Amino acid sequence: MSSLIKNIIRFCLFILVQVYVLDQIPPLHQLITPYIYFLFILWLPFKMGRRSQMLVAFILGFTLDCFNNSYGMHAASCVLIAYLRPFLINILISQEGADSNYKEPSIQSMGFTPYFTYVAILTFIHHTFLFFLEALQTGGYFYFMLKSLSSTAISLLLILLIELIFVRKQRFRTNTV
Amino acid sequence: MRNIILFIRIYFTFIFFLFLMGLSFYMIFSYNRYHHAVYSAFASEITGSISNQYNKIEYYFQLKKTNDSLVKANELLYNKLKQDYEMPDTVNKIAIDTIQIDSTLQKRKYLYMQAKVVHNSVNLINNYIELHRGSRQGVNTDMGVIDINNAVAGTVIDVSKNYSVVMSLLHEQSNVSARLKKDGQTGTVIYNSKTPGILYMKDISKFAKISSGDTVITSGFSDKFPRGLLIGYVKDIINDKNSPTYTVRLKPAANFENLQYCYIINNLQTEEPQQLLKKAQNK
Repeated sequence: MSSLIKNIIRFCLFILVQVYVLDQIPPLHQLITPYIYFLFILWLPFKMGRRSQMLVAFILGFTLDCFNNSYGMHAASCVLIAYLRPFLINILISQEGADSNYKEPSIQSMGFTPYFTYVAILTFIHHTFLFFLEALQTGGYFYFMLKSLSSTAISLLLILLIELIFVRKQRFRTNTV
Repeated sequence: MRNIILFIRIYFTFIFFLFLMGLSFYMIFSYNRYHHAVYSAFASEITGSISNQYNKIEYYFQLKKTNDSLVKANELLYNKLKQDYEMPDTVNKIAIDTIQIDSTLQKRKYLYMQAKVVHNSVNLINNYIELHRGSRQGVNTDMGVIDINNAVAGTVIDVSKNYSVVMSLLHEQSNVSARLKKDGQTGTVIYNSKTPGILYMKDISKFAKISSGDTVITSGFSDKFPRGLLIGYVKDIINDKNSPTYTVRLKPAANFENLQYCYIINNLQTEEPQQLLKKAQNK
């Protein structure tokens, strides 16, 4: 399957799961609202241009905003993590040439610890920024900090489960570049 | 000039990032102010049709609960039928028929329109309900919305051709004028996203006698809701010694987690009181 079609299907699935599953479950606690849809951005191919990454992230966030009627909030936080993503990948990639040997970030291509550092940092940034934008409207800054920490923890748990259930097998491509 | 172009070319990614960020921030602030940006009508038409497809499946899982609440609503209506009341015989008296038949539809104030709920959220910071009924079917902004058991659910804030977006009671900006049924004291019902699933009724006079379990109903002061619709039940009282008024925690009467049908209330007599009020304010 080509990378484009795979990513389009992923886009739709992540939005649908976020809107119709995660946003529908009764709140576990007032401080916990898990989000996983931004995993789509973290899974984008290594070789995608930075501007197109940001544009895709903006479209992803805006789509979710349309469903939640929270125009701009998810779009802003998605664009932020899409902008920071290449920097983090450059720092964290350990294997020599992993970004040219593999297609996209995963446990297999980056190694478990670097990959999860990458996911955890971006999840934390996404949640903090999102809840900060919410706190601008509602106030309560202590509440906002607690909320971003606890929601990050639950989202990371969900992401770990997704990584364990849906293992993305990737071909090792040496001579393709 | 060359340097400027060079600068833009080097930092183009960053400028693009700032542009997208600025666009998002513009949307955040403009949407909250006007509630109807250009794209929102278009977007709610699309999200509405997707949600409608999903709801067709999800609806089956809630049929039992929906049916139960419909039976309950029907029971309420049956108990209001005339044949349930036995009047004493009035043959000996001269009775004047006082029923006014509204043949010209002049006296009707509230018109109820049913609508299917296609999407509904309860655990976001600002919750919205999306209904499958829009401007083509007679919905306008600022109409009240109740659930099938006569409990207040929200207010219409945005209308597209076939769908409408309702600001649920569980919304930070929601603001409904309310009254304690037993005591008659009035107040305002608001929502705070830090305590999900709980409403607050503020500005109740300290003379009020409140006990937990009391019913809170709409006051009828606003033109959206007729008087006497359920809002919630008193949970407990926050007695702040510094404040001259009580604030009360409420459990909402509407079951927001299981909302399949709603009634939109169209007030047919809004114009006259509004004109009068405008005239009085201009004096």
